[in-house]
Amino acid sequence: MKRVFSVLGLTLALGLSGGLSGQADAQTLKTVRDRGSLICGVSQGLPGFSSPDDKGNWTGLDVDFCRALAAAIFNDPSKVKFTPLSSKDRFEPLRSSEIDLLSRNTTWTSSRDALFNFVGTIYYDGQGFMVRKALKVNSALELNGASVCAQSGTTTELNLADYFRANNMKYEIVAFGTADETIKAYESGRCDAFTTDVSQLYAERLKLSNVSDHVILPEVISKEPLGPVVRQGDDQWFDVVKWTLFAMLNAEELGISSKNLDEALKSKQPEIRRVLGLEGTHGEQLGLTKDWVARIVRHVGNYGEVFERNVGASSRLGISRGLNRLWTKGGIQYAPPIR
Amino acid sequence: MTKTAFYNNPRFRSAFYQIVVLVAVVWFAVEFFINARANLETQNLRFGLRFLDDPAGFNISQALISYSEQDNYLRVFFVGLLNTLLVSVLGIVLATILGFAIGLARLSPNWLLARLAGGYVETIRNLPLLFQILFWYLAVLLSMPAPRQSVGVGLQPLLLFAADGFAYLERFGAPDVIAQWWRSLAEWIGPPAVFLNNRGLIMPRAIFGEGSGIVAAALVIAVLAIIGLRIWARRRQDATGARFPVLWASLALLIGLPVLATLAVGSPVSFDVPVLRGFNFVGGTGVIPEFTALLVALTTYTAAFIAEVVRAGVLAVPKGQTEAATALGLRRKTTLRLVVVPQAMRVIIPPLTNQYLNLTKNSTLAVAIGYPDLVAVFAGTTLNQTHKAIEIIAITMAVYLTISLVTSLAMNFYNARMRLTERV
Repeated sequence: MKRVFSVLGLTLALGLSGGLSGQADAQTLKTVRDRGSLICGVSQGLPGFSSPDDKGNWTGLDVDFCRALAAAIFNDPSKVKFTPLSSKDRFEPLRSSEIDLLSRNTTWTSSRDALFNFVGTIYYDGQGFMVRKALKVNSALELNGASVCAQSGTTTELNLADYFRANNMKYEIVAFGTADETIKAYESGRCDAFTTDVSQLYAERLKLSNVSDHVILPEVISKEPLGPVVRQGDDQWFDVVKWTLFAMLNAEELGISSKNLDEALKSKQPEIRRVLGLEGTHGEQLGLTKDWVARIVRHVGNYGEVFERNVGASSRLGISRGLNRLWTKGGIQYAPPIR
Repeated sequence: MTKTAFYNNPRFRSAFYQIVVLVAVVWFAVEFFINARANLETQNLRFGLRFLDDPAGFNISQALISYSEQDNYLRVFFVGLLNTLLVSVLGIVLATILGFAIGLARLSPNWLLARLAGGYVETIRNLPLLFQILFWYLAVLLSMPAPRQSVGVGLQPLLLFAADGFAYLERFGAPDVIAQWWRSLAEWIGPPAVFLNNRGLIMPRAIFGEGSGIVAAALVIAVLAIIGLRIWARRRQDATGARFPVLWASLALLIGLPVLATLAVGSPVSFDVPVLRGFNFVGGTGVIPEFTALLVALTTYTAAFIAEVVRAGVLAVPKGQTEAATALGLRRKTTLRLVVVPQAMRVIIPPLTNQYLNLTKNSTLAVAIGYPDLVAVFAGTTLNQTHKAIEIIAITMAVYLTISLVTSLAMNFYNARMRLTERV
C-alpha cells in the first residue's frame, strides 16, 4: 500500500508540471544532446531579432544566438526548434523546462535575475517612443496627456509609469497582450505614442503601412540590457550558454569571421590558436569540444557579423551599433578572455 | 427473513463509498499542496500572498476605484475584479433585454420582424466571439475620427446641419430668415459637451456640491414610493378590480421628485465639461473604446443565444393556454404578460443561467483588445512581474468560481420562486 501511495504521490508531483523540473533537469546539456536538438524560446515575430519568413525559417539576432549554441553543441546550426512566446508568457515555459533557453529580447533586471540566470547582454537597448510626424512632437517631454500603447507584462509598462511620474506628466496607457495587437492599435489611432525598446521601435515600424509617417523620439528613458536567459540550478548549462555569447564577442575582437576562418586556423598567434581550439582544452572544460568557437564562427559568424546581418546599418532595420560596439571601438561590449 | 450481510446493506454501501471518495479528495488536496510547496521551495520560490502588498508600478486605463502606480497589487486585483464585474453585469442586463426582445420578435406574426430576428440569431451565434470583439474594436470604434476631429454629440450640430439645409434652399427662393433662425437657436443651445472619437466617448462629469445629499435622498424616496405604490395598486386591483396607471405615476415620481429637490436647494450639481487641449479632451469623464467594444460584442453575442432560449420557453407553453386566455377576453399583450411568460420562465431560467455564466467567462477575451479586466491586469501583468503563478492562478480561478456560483445561486433562488405551485 505504501508503495502505491508513493507512486501516486510521484504522479501528482509530476502533474504539477513545472514543479519538479528545477531539480530533475539539472543536466540540460545532456538532455539537449540526447534529444538531438535545442529548444529555444523566441519572440512571436520581431524583425531583426526573431521572426519567421514566409517559408517558416527563423532569422534574427536572438535566433542566430540559438543557432550559434546549436553549432557549438552539434556542429550543426539547424538543430534548433523555435518556440514563439509572447512577452507575457515567456518565463513559465523556461521554468517548466519546455524550452532550454529564452532568447527573446528580455531585459536583465534584479527581480528577474533572482529567479533565473541572465547569461550576459547580447544587445544594449533603451526604451523610447514613436509618434506620428503629423503630431509635430519633437521630444518625449511634450507627451503630457497622451495616450500610449504598450505591451503588457513588460518592463516597458513600469518605465513608462516612472518617466511620466518623474516629469509630472499625465498619460493614458492602453496595454495589449501581444506586440502585433499593440502596433495595430497604435496604427489605427487609438494611441498618440507607441513605446517599447528602441530596437523594437525600429522593427515594429517596418510593419506599419507608411513607415515615413512615423518618427522615433530622441529620448531614451531607461536602460534595457537584453540577453538570453536560462534556469537556475544548472551551472554547466549556464556556462555553456554564457560562453557561446563570449565566444562570438571574442571572435570579433580577434578579427576571426566566417569569411577568414580557414586562414585564421593557420594562424600562428597564440591567442587565436587558443580560441580556435588548436591549443589547450578550453572547450572541453566547458563540456563542449575543442573546436567549439570555430564551429560557431563557421556556421553563424562572430558577433559583429550577426549584428550587421540582422539589425545593423546594412539590414532593413538600419540601426547603428552605438553602445553595442566592442569596447576597443568605443562601445561597451566586452567579453572575458578564453584561456 | 434472512439477514443480509452488512456489506450488502445499501445504506452501509452508499455511506462507505462516499467516505472513501471524500478521503481520497481530501488526501489529494493535501498532497497537492505539500508537493506544490516543496517544489516551489526547490525553485527558490516561497508560496505566499505577501506579494499583494508590493507596489505595482504600472498604470491601468480604466479604474472604478482610485488607482495610481504607487498602489499595491491587491488594489490591482480589485481594479481588475471591478472591471470584470462591470462588463459582466451590464452585459447580462443588456443581453437579457435584447435577447427577450429578439426571441419574442422571432415568434411575432409579423413576417418581416420574425425574419429579421431569425437572421440576427443565425448570423451572430454562428460567428466566433473573438472575431466579433475584434470587429467592434478595430473596424467600428477605432475607425472613429481622431480627437481633433471629434464628433460632437448634441443638439447644436443637428441644428447647424438643418441651418445649412435651409441656407441651401435659399437658392431656390426660400426666405433667408429661416436659416438664420436655426443658427441663432443653435447658438442659444450652445456647443455640445459630449464627444465621440477613437479614444472613446467623452462627456461632462457631474460634480456634487453642497445640498446634493437632498437630491439623492429625493431619489431614494421616489424609489421607495414607487415600490409602495405598486403594492397598493396590486392590492386594490385584487380587491376591487380597478386598475391604476402605475407606470406613468412611477415615472412622474422618479423624475419629478429629484427635479423638485434640485430646484429647492438651488442646483447643487455642476458639470466639469471636457475641453480639447493637447492630444485629447481634458476634464470630464469618458468611456474607453475597449470597454464599449467588449460590452457590445458580449451583449449582442449572448442575446442571440438568449433569444433562442426565450423562443423555446414560449413555444413550450401549450397552445391551449393562449386560447383559453383569448376566450376569456384577454388582449394579446396581456396574454403574453400574464399567461405565457410566467409559464415560459420555468423553461427559460435554467438555460438562461448558462448564458449568464458564459457571458461572465467570455469576458476574459478582453485581453485581446486591451481591456483591463481581472485576467489581463492580475493573471497577466501581475503574474508576469511577480512570478507568483500558482497563487495568482488559484486566486483568479477562485474568483471566477465565486462569481459563477453566486450567479447560479441567485438564478436557482429565482427558479424556485417561479416554480409551479400546485394546490393541495
